[in-house]
Amino acid sequence: MTESAGNKNEDCHAANGVKAGRNGMVKNHHHHHQCQKQEEVYHAACNGELYSRPFIESFEETPMLVAVLTYMGYGILTIFGYLRDFMREWKIEKCHIAREREEQKDFVPLYQDFEDFYTRNLYMRIRDSWNRPICSAPGATFDLIERSSNDYNWTFEYTGRVVKDVINLGSYNYLGFAENTGASATAAGEVTVKFGVGMASTRQEMGNLDRHEELEKLVASFLGVESAMAFGMGFATNSMNIPALAGKGCLILSDELNHASLVLGARLSGSTIWVFKHNNMQSLEKLLREAIVHGQPRTRLTWKKILILVEGIYSMEGSIIRLPELIALKKKYKAYLYLDEAHSIGALGPCGRGVVEYFGLDSKDVDVMMGTFTKSFGAAGGYIAGRKDLIDYLRTHSHSAIYATSMSLPVVEQIITCMKCIMGKDGTTIGRSRIQRLAENTVYFRRRLREMGFIIYGNNDSPVVPMMLYMPAKIGAFGREMLKRNIGVVVVGFPATPIIESRARFCISAAHTKEMLDRALDVISEVGDLLQLKYSRHKVLPSLDRTVDEE
Amino acid sequence: MASGQQWVLVEMVQAFYEAPAYHLILEGILILWIIRLLFSKTYKLQERSDLTEKEKEELIEEWQPEPLVPPVSKDHPSLNYDVVTGPPSHKIIVNGKECINFASFNFLGLLDSERVKLKALSSLKKYGVGTCGPRGFYGTFDVHLELEERLAKFMGTEEAIIYSYGFATIASAIPAYSKRGDIIFVDEAACFSIQKGLQASRSFIKYFKHNDMEDLERLLKEQEIEDQKNPRKAKVIRRFIVVEGLYINTADLCPLPQLVKLKYRYKVRIFLEESMSFGVLGEHGRGVTEHFGVNIDDIDLISANMENALASIGGFCCGRSFVIDHQRLSGQGYCFSASLPPMLAAAAIEALNIMEEDPGLFRVLRDKCKHVHKALQGTPGLKVIGEPLAPALHLQLENSSGSRTDDLKLLRAIVDYSLDRQIALTLARYLDKEERFLPPPSIRVVVTVEQTQDEIQTAAQCIREAALKILK
Repeated sequence: MTESAGNKNEDCHAANGVKAGRNGMVKNHHHHHQCQKQEEVYHAACNGELYSRPFIESFEETPMLVAVLTYMGYGILTIFGYLRDFMREWKIEKCHIAREREEQKDFVPLYQDFEDFYTRNLYMRIRDSWNRPICSAPGATFDLIERSSNDYNWTFEYTGRVVKDVINLGSYNYLGFAENTGASATAAGEVTVKFGVGMASTRQEMGNLDRHEELEKLVASFLGVESAMAFGMGFATNSMNIPALAGKGCLILSDELNHASLVLGARLSGSTIWVFKHNNMQSLEKLLREAIVHGQPRTRLTWKKILILVEGIYSMEGSIIRLPELIALKKKYKAYLYLDEAHSIGALGPCGRGVVEYFGLDSKDVDVMMGTFTKSFGAAGGYIAGRKDLIDYLRTHSHSAIYATSMSLPVVEQIITCMKCIMGKDGTTIGRSRIQRLAENTVYFRRRLREMGFIIYGNNDSPVVPMMLYMPAKIGAFGREMLKRNIGVVVVGFPATPIIESRARFCISAAHTKEMLDRALDVISEVGDLLQLKYSRHKVLPSLDRTVDEE
Repeated sequence: MASGQQWVLVEMVQAFYEAPAYHLILEGILILWIIRLLFSKTYKLQERSDLTEKEKEELIEEWQPEPLVPPVSKDHPSLNYDVVTGPPSHKIIVNGKECINFASFNFLGLLDSERVKLKALSSLKKYGVGTCGPRGFYGTFDVHLELEERLAKFMGTEEAIIYSYGFATIASAIPAYSKRGDIIFVDEAACFSIQKGLQASRSFIKYFKHNDMEDLERLLKEQEIEDQKNPRKAKVIRRFIVVEGLYINTADLCPLPQLVKLKYRYKVRIFLEESMSFGVLGEHGRGVTEHFGVNIDDIDLISANMENALASIGGFCCGRSFVIDHQRLSGQGYCFSASLPPMLAAAAIEALNIMEEDPGLFRVLRDKCKHVHKALQGTPGLKVIGEPLAPALHLQLENSSGSRTDDLKLLRAIVDYSLDRQIALTLARYLDKEERFLPPPSIRVVVTVEQTQDEIQTAAQCIREAALKILK
């Protein structure tokens, strides 16, 4: 996935191509007091001045045996898939698939058989790992509604029982604001009674309330930019506003692993899209040079503008964008930067201001800062922030302001309260302590998982922790075993990830106490031994347990 | 070839002598050509690779991009929004003045309903506000499942699926079924979210004139002739017709029974967008299918948003399980986006309860629509666009001044005059450069059940005065 630095022994891919020349020892201002063997090389603080803190990311390579077994597993499943399809066709096996109407049997089929092969034969077998209904707030623990299936996941029945207090390692609840008590819930409750829930009009017509404008001012001051604009859906923020910023004759440089909303927005804009390797600044620089020197293909006209689309934290990899290098590149080549901080706002940085603060950079260097309120603020919606002329343009030309209903007021209230809490404006230190707790939880969890011998992807500071499973059967098995032991996890496979790199993804929250994390880790270790998931070939010696109030 | 693997050398030499001359010469030439190709240099397409490093650096230095956004003038008409303080209900406070609301799509007056608010509050106390995850990853709450069941039962279909944003509903549904190479026949007056869905699908789009069934039939016949030329390809190209029940841009109905006939004759599937007609038309508010008495199974997909009659946020699609279930894995706005906050889903369920308990609401709404339509007739200089039973009408200028900006200024002056006299109206907003068939500028007038006869008369009177004064 990331380029090797050319050193074949390195399992830690130095993704910016610079070898860690030093003999594996890490610089002094490294937070962790880990003992490391000589062969385990972390490249820390390369490019000296640009990074003010060590940037430690690792994507351990798939062990060869595991890769072979995984392919074999998929091969066997495919053969069985064909067999099952054959049996269904010849009515030997009962067919549960919904069928077209009799009256429309001679219409062109709505779905091609091969499109659904994967869904019918692989996804259906482990379908119970997803779409699990819950019936409480998605906080540190939740209550799960029990389902059972008599026909191998084709239909589900509810047993009527509720599994209580399942530890939640799946919801994007980074700062723990997804709660039904507390200042934000009370404020939202008051607003519900006073204002109601719906809006029934668009921002440009009759749906612009003073609360919306107040929210936008607050977001702008939170991020340290001139002005901001809020929208009702995070996905739609990307897909509706990128077309307003780029058009025909523009070039969009998009990261390989960008989210579907960014890809859709780029496609709808009509610009040319070039993809660069994930988090790889050399690949990006090469594309930039080629774009400026050679211009548009065939016509050789210069590009009108170049827009780089990246994310703060990539949720499937757990990697953090290399922002200092990116900003240096952007300034050199006069491109514009669109940063999607869906997962990093509130979760990174000493004051929760996102990836820009994490690296100690100036938010004015990022041309378009985008983010969502769904993750760290426990609400719904998205925002775009930047200079005043950008936001003025979006107010007049954004699809959302003209055609989409404005945000619901209780949601707006929730965001305002949470944001004030994080900024410390409500007079308490709750926000501050939550951010600290999240950082500690993240570091602790990742360290313990590494020590146990699992393969973990991503940056040491990212609260999204992908743990590799690889084999298709283990995807379903892991989800089910964890649920039996009262832990709710998220497992992902193809097509959200490459076919052999299925993973379980843990989302750490500030609401998790150390006891919860310890219990979760014990269970993960138990299940890991049961399913033989401890693939890592490095031995990380366990270090002394850090005390909780160490910064 | 001799049987088995035995190549006897003698036989080979014999064959060589027996072969005709031209054959040998041809083979010899081919062998020489292969040798030449093997040894010749490979070459790439000639790029401007004759630039030196220095020249490249100069090009990079000199290149100036356009500014990220073009400058927006301070007095751009859409830059400064009207500010509403207080709840957006029947009596709405706009720019500091309390007005009667003729601008929000609050058809059944449920924005202000106490029952709905209390239900939303109790849901908030149980679940908090956000769901913190998409439907696949612990973002499915029991309220969502309940709302989907209730909507399916209400509409009389097998299944329903909920989206968290009204705009994204039809814009995600169309690309889930229609891919590159498929054909979609769409009405010219289709709303913007349909247009975005069409753009995302990358299919062939064929527009037919608004509500003109002959034009549609002509296009379908042309397609049939194309099909006969290439029957194999025709067997895999899917065809769809996308129409709205009640068009938001022109406020009139689509001729659904004729569309269904065309569907079966030409084997095309129908996608119906019912944002304006759900909760408005039909005896029980089930929309345009109930209004015309069409069997709901004849429509492949019905999509609507819950932001108008249901006074909540979000949207839904309903239809047969065969059709709807596909969106659970391939609807982009469903899979890759956080789910609807449970309090909004609870509000929608309660609104649905109110709709089911009191079907008399719909008749009241229809009567009021007729009143408003009649009251606005004969306004000097303005013509009413829309059918008498449409709850959201347009008022367009009878004689356009020729320039769209000037027209908009005149209409805005009428709106301002009305706001001063405590009638809240709004201009219908469009994205000028992106709309396929830009509708003429107009004022949007919305009818709700909460408006009284007096209020309707006052409003009509006010608009008449404004028109007289401003449009002389």
